[in-house]
Formats: sequence, structure tokens, C-alpha cells
Amino acid sequence: MKRVVITGIGIYSVIGKNIIEVTQSLKEGKSGIVLDPRRKEMGFRSGLTGILARPKIKGILPRRLRVSLPEQGEYAYVATLDALRDANINDAFLENNEVGVLYGNDSSAVPVIEAMDCMREKKDTMLIGSGSIFQSMNSTVTMNLAVIFKLKGINLTVSAACASGSHAVGLGYHFIKYGLQKMIICGGAQEVNPESTGSFDGLNAFSVREDEPEKASRPFDLNRDGLVPSGGAATLILEEYQHAKARGANILGEVIGYGFSSNGDHISVPNIDGPYKSVEMCLKDANLSPNDIDYINAHATSTPVGDSAEAQALAKLFSDIKTPVSSTKSMTGHEMWMGGASEIIYSLLMMHNDFIAPNINFETPDEHSKYLNIVNKTIPAKISTFLSNSFGFGGTNSTIIVKKL
Amino acid sequence: MKKEDVIVKVNEFLTDEFELEADRVVPDANLRDDLEIESLDFVDIAVEIEKEFGFKIKGEDMIGVKTLDDLYNYILSKAS
Repeated sequence: MKRVVITGIGIYSVIGKNIIEVTQSLKEGKSGIVLDPRRKEMGFRSGLTGILARPKIKGILPRRLRVSLPEQGEYAYVATLDALRDANINDAFLENNEVGVLYGNDSSAVPVIEAMDCMREKKDTMLIGSGSIFQSMNSTVTMNLAVIFKLKGINLTVSAACASGSHAVGLGYHFIKYGLQKMIICGGAQEVNPESTGSFDGLNAFSVREDEPEKASRPFDLNRDGLVPSGGAATLILEEYQHAKARGANILGEVIGYGFSSNGDHISVPNIDGPYKSVEMCLKDANLSPNDIDYINAHATSTPVGDSAEAQALAKLFSDIKTPVSSTKSMTGHEMWMGGASEIIYSLLMMHNDFIAPNINFETPDEHSKYLNIVNKTIPAKISTFLSNSFGFGGTNSTIIVKKL
Repeated sequence: MKKEDVIVKVNEFLTDEFELEADRVVPDANLRDDLEIESLDFVDIAVEIEKEFGFKIKGEDMIGVKTLDDLYNYILSKAS
């Protein structure tokens, strides 16, 4: 078995457009949530959302490569540029080595809608333009990154709802652990627009605390009333340990565990057993006991049922030992397809800067979260090992453990 | 419509949208060999033509269009 390490990270999120900004926001407990008037005009029950500007890529990428990129593809591109730079990987390396890409993405709504609008109005498919097909497909992020960066290894999109990014990292870990690849660009991307979240809003799943956007996402708090959709992209460079050492790479952490499970239950209502099994499997894979975990980055999205199920699953293993827990979604909102990857980056930043970022807005525990040690103010902490949970619709669960070297 | 008007509009979208340097945009430039316009780009040229000149083109119409001057003349024939 090979050891798998992280040698580069890059992020473009609602709490910062790069690692420095994101680290600062995590320390300050800064929220990236706003009220979007356009959503209200469109009939949304909740106009709350994470917000971020589109990156400027004109002049950086040639037109042919740009026109195939949807919104979340642009986020993934800039996050990957930063991650490769962080890993000290240049174009020549990518040209001459077998580098793969495994990236989480589970929708691309706007290009599909625009294509349909065009067909209905113009009655002509050619007028949709050449980029639409490549922007519309679920594999849009991996197909674009593979072409832009001239990647020659595994090239695969991971679609697993809100656990997509986490599974992408978990699968990357397996590909390298079993000797199939030396380096893989892993991550998750999430579009941020009303078109992609309208049907989700229709399920009454979003917080309606519109008078206090920054207080709307309140995972584990008694008075939580739903999640806040958000997005961006996060990229991690996973690399085989000896390969990283041989080229003198800066090792940010070692992926030592991947757990997964499927609830085998309801399409949107989570249960306790599925997440519990995912965490348990991850600990076993890492050959660790709960005592060895210094920090848990919870999946908790601020929905009444979801947070309760996760709190009960975590309490089975961690309530007695009071392991610090926080959900960074309290600040970022729910980054969905991106979240599993970004939350590993948030945790790595805490690990390297000796703090635990707060679960902001956690004011009053409920009957289940009262058994967890939920950190609601930034605290100094030495983190050697952390665990990150991600769960999604259909009952897909993923857990990753990362250790400091 | 005058040919000069066609030339101005076509050259404008080739330099703005397709980011071609103005000195490469000359009438005898071969679209594929000189301007490196590939098959996917022809789809976007069709979009621009519809937007600028108000008619839809068919892929097979473009087979005889080799140079930029061929494109001007094709548009002129359709738009007139």
C-alpha cells in the first residue's frame, strides 16, 4: 500500500478567493451569506445564498477553452491554478507526467436552461453555440480541467450529491494508495445561481431568516430553520508520499482514512446508522480510535433533521471524550458538491495555523447537539488529526481523516 | 447591404469575440490555416452571423467558404 499526501490546495469560496483570505475569514468567524433580491423576484421562499464574483479569466485562458467553462468550471479552474502553484507543479510537469483529475460536480443548470430557451425562441440548434454541450454535462469540470491542464491520468467526475467533493478525495486516495496513480487533482465545484437551487428551495429546505442573513446558517443550534445554499470550488493535489518526497514537495497532510456508506433509506431524510457506519469505517481504515481525532469538521448544514441525525451518530463515538466539533457551513453556507473538498481545506488551514474555526450562531444546544463539544468561538488548538464528514441526498455518506506529518 | 458594412461587422467579431489580431484579419486569409478557426468555432460564427445579419446558416453552406473574403461574399449574398 502506498501512502497518500496532500501537497497543494486552492480555493475560491464565499469567505475568500484564496487561501490567505479564507484563513482570515475562518479565524474571524466571518459569514459569506447575503439576501439575493433576484431570488425573491423569481418566487423563492428564501432569498438567502452565499455570494461570490465570477473570476476574471479573459486574457488568461484562450477563447476556445473559455467558452466551454460554466460558472462552477471557472471557480474550479482558478482554485486548481492556485493548488498547482501551491504544489509547485508547472506546465512541463503536467505535460510529462500522468496526472489525473477526480472532481465532484452534480449539476450545471444554467447552460441547460439557456440552451432550451434558445431552441424554443430560435428553433435552431446551431444557434445554441459551441460551448453549451461542454458546459451542460455533469462531467463539465473534469473534461475542462483535463483539457486546460493537459492531464493524462484518470479523468472522472464524481457525482454524489453533497458528498461529491469528499468522495472525490476518497477515491483519489484509493487510486494512489493502490498504486494506480502518482498524482491526482481532486476537488469539488458548485454553481451559485437561482436556476440550480429553485427546486431545492421548493422543498422548504432553506432558512428563511432573511432579516439576519449572517445568522441564518446555524448548524446544531436549537433555533436552526434550514440550510443556505452556497458554492465555489476547492482543489487538493493528492500525491503518493515517496513521489512527493522525491521532488521535495511541501506536504500539508496525509490522507489516512476514507469511510463511506449508503443509508439504504429515504431519498432526502437522513438516518443515524449510515453516517455512523461511514465514520466508523473511516476510523478503522485509519487504524485510529475516536480518542485520536483532535477536531471534527461536521457535515451539519443547519437543517433540523440532518443536524440531529449527525449529532446522534457523532455522539455515539465522541460524546464521552468531548472532541471539538464545528460546522464551517455556519459561515460558508452549504457548498454542496464542493463542500466535501473545501471542508478538508478549511480543516487543513486550522491544522497549520493552530486554531479551530467556530460554528458561528451556535447559541443554544438541542436535545442531541448538547452531547457534542461544539466550538462556537475561535479557539487556539493543536490539531494533529482531523475528521471531515459529508453526506448527500439518496443517503450517500463519506468521511475523510487527515493527519499532520 | 454594402460589402464594406459586412467587412466591418465580421472583422469586429473576429477581433473582439475570437480575439484575433487585427493584422491577421485580411480578405485572403484562410479561415482554417491562417486564422486557426476550427469546426467548433464555425458554430459560434453562425451565432454571430444570426445576431449581426439576421439569417440562419446551415453547416453545409460553409463548405465552400475557405477564405475570409468567401465569408464576406457568402454573408452578402444571404443578407441582400
